[in-house]
Amino acid sequence: MTVITYREACKQALRAALVADPRVFMMGEDIAAYGGCYAVSKGLLAEFGAERIRDTPLSESAFVGAGIGAAMAGMRPIVEIMTVNFSLLALDQIMNNAASIPHMSGGQFAVPLVIRMATGAGRQLAAQHSHSLEGWYAHIPGLRILAPATIEDARHMLAPALADPNPVLIFEHVMLYNVEAELDERIDAVDITHASIRRAGTDVTVVTYGGSLPRALAAADTLAAEGIAAEVIDLRVLRPLDMTTVAASVARTHRCVIVDEGWKSGSLAAEVCARLVEMVFYELDAPIARVCSAEVPMPYAAHLEQAALPNAGRIVAAVRQVVRPA
Amino acid sequence: MNEQQIRAMVADALAGIAPEVDLDTAGADQDLRQALDLDSMDFLNLVIALSQRTGRAVPEADYPRLFTLAGMAAYFAH
Amino acid sequence: MPSLGPDMESARVIEWLVKPGDTLHRGDVIVVVETDKGAIEIEVFEDAVVEALIAPLDAELVVGAVMARLRVAGESGTDARAVAATERVEPTVSSPAPAVAPAPPSAVIAQDSVGTPAASSAVASAGHRRASPAARKRAAGLGVDLAGVSGSGPGGAVLLADLAAVSAPRVKRAGGFDAAAMRRVIGAAMARSKREIPHYYLGQKISMASALRWLRQANESRTVEARLLPAVLLLRAVGLALRRTPTLNGFYENGAFRAGDGIHIGWAVALRGGGLVAPAIHDVDKKSLDELMTGLRDVVMRARGGALRGSELVDATVTVTSLGERGADTVLPIIHPPQVAMIGFGRVVERPWAVAGQVEVQPVIGVSLAADHRVSDGHLGSQLLADIERLLNAPETL
Repeated sequence: MTVITYREACKQALRAALVADPRVFMMGEDIAAYGGCYAVSKGLLAEFGAERIRDTPLSESAFVGAGIGAAMAGMRPIVEIMTVNFSLLALDQIMNNAASIPHMSGGQFAVPLVIRMATGAGRQLAAQHSHSLEGWYAHIPGLRILAPATIEDARHMLAPALADPNPVLIFEHVMLYNVEAELDERIDAVDITHASIRRAGTDVTVVTYGGSLPRALAAADTLAAEGIAAEVIDLRVLRPLDMTTVAASVARTHRCVIVDEGWKSGSLAAEVCARLVEMVFYELDAPIARVCSAEVPMPYAAHLEQAALPNAGRIVAAVRQVVRPA
Repeated sequence: MNEQQIRAMVADALAGIAPEVDLDTAGADQDLRQALDLDSMDFLNLVIALSQRTGRAVPEADYPRLFTLAGMAAYFAH
Repeated sequence: MPSLGPDMESARVIEWLVKPGDTLHRGDVIVVVETDKGAIEIEVFEDAVVEALIAPLDAELVVGAVMARLRVAGESGTDARAVAATERVEPTVSSPAPAVAPAPPSAVIAQDSVGTPAASSAVASAGHRRASPAARKRAAGLGVDLAGVSGSGPGGAVLLADLAAVSAPRVKRAGGFDAAAMRRVIGAAMARSKREIPHYYLGQKISMASALRWLRQANESRTVEARLLPAVLLLRAVGLALRRTPTLNGFYENGAFRAGDGIHIGWAVALRGGGLVAPAIHDVDKKSLDELMTGLRDVVMRARGGALRGSELVDATVTVTSLGERGADTVLPIIHPPQVAMIGFGRVVERPWAVAGQVEVQPVIGVSLAADHRVSDGHLGSQLLADIERLLNAPETL
């Protein structure tokens, strides 16, 4: 057992992929000489050279498009986009090309592309660098959307993502990079199909993913002291959603709170909520509650930013309301 | 044991054997097997239940004395 | 969704008894489904680990639909994922379709609101008893009228916790047995039998004097709980007799006879209020009388309680009906397709019976056989009845 950061786990995953397969290479803004804006790829240029660790011009559309072409031609590119807000410049490439070409070519072309991007708020980067738009990407058929929330997933999700013949997007929450935890060296693979129950409980199911998982687990600790046993589910895979695990849990606890840093309107939380109503309506003993970000562009001021985000206190309050309605 | 008491005991026993039957439809002198559509398995299970509740061993030869509620009341009276 | 009979098209999932990650052993009951024959427990046929439950509760699934994904013993997790992937039809390249279980359509649409749960639940219509969906479902299952329950939820809504104290009135059958549906199923199966199977019938009277004498003596030394019924002797005698006439024990399928993989006797159980099921008692020829009595008591109780298992509905290789002490003297059975024979016993009656040139009064039972002429003929059928008689006349050999 060694204690490492989430950032280091991401880096180990990249290094292992580069070592394992000569077709793997990286592209992105400032990933080589500067080492990545979150320092995930620091040191990889020296180890693997400029052929495989490539700095790109500031044009998301161009380098994501280049990644799609390389993937179609047999390479295994890992493209890094600094933050999900910037990925909108490449949305045409991601949706109209990467997600569509395997279908439109009748299966003649695979697009084994992996795109990593940072997501989420908390670092005072304001409304153009802080949003959680992974729910938008989870809307698009043809993509697999991953949200590693643990050191283990950060370390091991990349390999199956590269092995997938379809484009896979990996969302790394900016507040997780400095989180430290033990990496269990006996685990050498994870799946990218299932949600995971991170804490078992009987009174309420708290469904979350990514940067909100630590908040949900902290809330569960507080709730346990009040005699409320919360089951915490980490979705891990935002598309395709593993609703079987979630619905089975809610069928046991009869109550559900969904925590999603995206905005509530049209969110991933809305999708999970709707599917639970479709699947286990008759198991519900309380309305499903959602804890999401305030419906504002993310503020810069620290106290306003914190006020806009889900936190353990708001999750605890939502659970109390659901479990012990006034 | 009077008929009231035996009726309550039989109703309780039947709840575990044939919950869908209604003992109120059976008169004191009616053959319960006929009145409640009990087959030999149901009847044996009823005898087991009554034997357990009263602590009385019921030899097979005595079964005919248990075909009616009145018969049961008399049989378990002492 | 397994087929639980030739006429079954679909069934509804009532209750999952396992969850993902559970380890299962062959024979474990994993799910309860509602069929025209009532609520049936479905067993697993291999040692396995539950990967995922696919079928949501209350979904009506056609026969052959995927209910759950299991990883059978010996398969690695990676293999199981491969199985899951192939289910999503993955040739060389394909997109990951969402792994969403088919869910019943719902008319419930959330308001476009960012309000709190408390605010949205404040919307209530007049004259509507507020209750959570789960509380409604449980109340319906218990037969409890919500109007009489005080609710502790918002606006007096009844919650699950409010029903914990409410005692259940006696329910008739688990899973809402539908007598009309069962009658349709019986009608369809019997019509098919009469249409397709060229029945021949044989009948014989058998003295039960030895069998009942032996039984009376055996029961004298037994506690009331351990006593045997005459039906067990009949069951055992048929099971042993069928060993010598294996072509009466099996199925006629696709133009040919297929022998049964054991002697599994479907025992016809009449349901009070109408209807009939014939759950299988397995390996009758290999079980003692005590084991058969236990098995018989168990399936009769569960047949009437609506908790039979899927294998009990499909495994029977032959059917036996016994009309019991209040039935008619003789029954002419109709074969349950695709089986090829059915044996019927009438009521035991006292009749004059010639023994060594003298007439005595003896208890007599009428046994009859209906069998499929495509598979056997009367010579073989007669042998079966003769064997049953021989065995009942020597009850100590049973």
